[in-house]
Amino acid sequence: MLIFEHSQPGRANTAQIPRDIDKVADIPEQFLRTTPVGLPEVSEMQTVRHFTRLSQKNFSIDTQFYPLGSCTMKYNPRGCNSLALLPGFTQRHPLTPDNLSQGFLACMFDLQEMLKDVTGMKGVSMAPMAGAQGEFAGVAMIRAYHDAKGDDARTEILVPDAAHGTNPATATMCNYKVKEIPTDDQGDVDIEALKAAVGPQTAGIMLTNPSTLGVFERRIKDIADIVHNAGGLLYYDGANLNAILGKVKPGDMGFDVIHMNLHKTFSTPHGGGGPGAGPVGVSERLLPYMPVPVVTKQDDQYRLLTEKDIPETMGRLSAFMGNAGVLLRAYIYASMLGRDGMQRVAEFATLNANYMMARLKQAGFQLAFENRRATHEFIVTLKKQSKELHVSAMDFAKRLLDYNYHAPTTYFPLLVPECFLIEPTETETKQEMDGFIDAMIKINEEAQSNSDLVTSAPHTLPVKRLDDVKAAKQLDLSWNN
Amino acid sequence: MSNVPTELRYTKSHEWVRREDDGTVTIGITEHAQELLGDLVFVEAPEAGSTYAVGDDCAVVESVKAASDVYSPLTGDIIEANEALADTPEVINSDPYGEGWIFKMKLADEGELDSLLDASAYAEQIAAED
Repeated sequence: MLIFEHSQPGRANTAQIPRDIDKVADIPEQFLRTTPVGLPEVSEMQTVRHFTRLSQKNFSIDTQFYPLGSCTMKYNPRGCNSLALLPGFTQRHPLTPDNLSQGFLACMFDLQEMLKDVTGMKGVSMAPMAGAQGEFAGVAMIRAYHDAKGDDARTEILVPDAAHGTNPATATMCNYKVKEIPTDDQGDVDIEALKAAVGPQTAGIMLTNPSTLGVFERRIKDIADIVHNAGGLLYYDGANLNAILGKVKPGDMGFDVIHMNLHKTFSTPHGGGGPGAGPVGVSERLLPYMPVPVVTKQDDQYRLLTEKDIPETMGRLSAFMGNAGVLLRAYIYASMLGRDGMQRVAEFATLNANYMMARLKQAGFQLAFENRRATHEFIVTLKKQSKELHVSAMDFAKRLLDYNYHAPTTYFPLLVPECFLIEPTETETKQEMDGFIDAMIKINEEAQSNSDLVTSAPHTLPVKRLDDVKAAKQLDLSWNN
Repeated sequence: MSNVPTELRYTKSHEWVRREDDGTVTIGITEHAQELLGDLVFVEAPEAGSTYAVGDDCAVVESVKAASDVYSPLTGDIIEANEALADTPEVINSDPYGEGWIFKMKLADEGELDSLLDASAYAEQIAAED
């Protein structure tokens, strides 16, 4: 039920409004509206109940196991939240002068240094507001680098076919042509195809390592050499950083630029569209092009570097520096973990994924890459179930909701048919993962004995199977009185 | 096994090509391709008058599962795009080789047609993918 449907003419939410209220007199008569604003007419109690009920219908990391591959839906520590909500942080205005923001800037500087350390990059800018903007900043820096050398023949960005869709989108936004590089049957980049694709037209390659196929790119050094020798740069998509945090540094692999999704790897709340944080890290040669502002420390004083300090910067991405509240939560998370803790994140994230993969394999599920070890995530293909029983990955996903589990990522990556990309993260217990695996086994049995039950799921939720074609073609989100 | 009409030519990336009597070609995506994609919800067809080379991405088909590029199987000029697809992309699902055609092309070099797969080679490829 929409809140508008609770509406009763004349009912208002007056409990919090002072009795004596001056009429706003300085708005000229002709600008005052004559028609009602069209808000729902409900009491405060009704409003609270409505939104509390809605929140209870939600699937979220605070209520359910949420193994959404490539999204790193880990626990968001409450301690990070409460510290970031200290009044000294929340009451700081973004235009406060640097000399009155020393505490906040000290946190930002430390976060910058920790991110540099754990990624092996030479500089970090926390200006990007989210992952997509981080990608944009990264590729814009690659362009600035080639432009500064007067090398305008470099018109192409290479993107493996396993990449996130954002990679080709970013390259296109930066006015590059995208050339797709195929993947071999073991999930690695096809080196021969890469060799054939590079040339004086290559601006760079955008790579996710470990890749979206849930495997580590084993020939990363060869890839780096091939692209660098052709004069191109290497871009690291940080989507899967959780798998290697503190264990392997993208800087050591030869990457020139990286974006990190702090809302994934550094455990700030996400889902429902943000807010995110997408800092970029750069190698020596891209330092002059970093987006501003960047925090620096001089003579024990912190200050923001701007266009004056970094004249060749690729520019500004918003009015201020990233999402301050998100960056603070990430700073607290990173400080709590320290170097050792970050390694534990990678170790337990990969251990959990490998445990789930081994058990699902034992239970008869088909893996996309039988001979490979999982990274922090892995792929199950339900091709056989789809073909023989006409029960698709989408049906399994919907039925999982009945068992009170959020579905894994479905139908991504596109290279694997009828796939589930499963990422448990390091913060789940063995019992929780076992529960999910048991549900998968049960659904597989149902698919054989009573497939209707699965293909018509969900049965226990407030809404049944949604018409996704209609939702895509005739999406209507407005309430008409 | 999905339908692979013998009179058409094919690409590895699942486009089909039909040579018309007037020498132009009509292009769409195969029945197998629409099966993989699932219910189509949006098609972006190329504009008449534009020119594409072999392998250029020239159209986009979007389903409830994924958005996918359509690659030009041949080099030439677009002479017509199927405008009906804007409102009814689902005809690609129901009639991929008929009403579901995506665009028509005038070829720069008809000899390029010989480089395309014939029906048996394409059928073999999709069987191998399974």
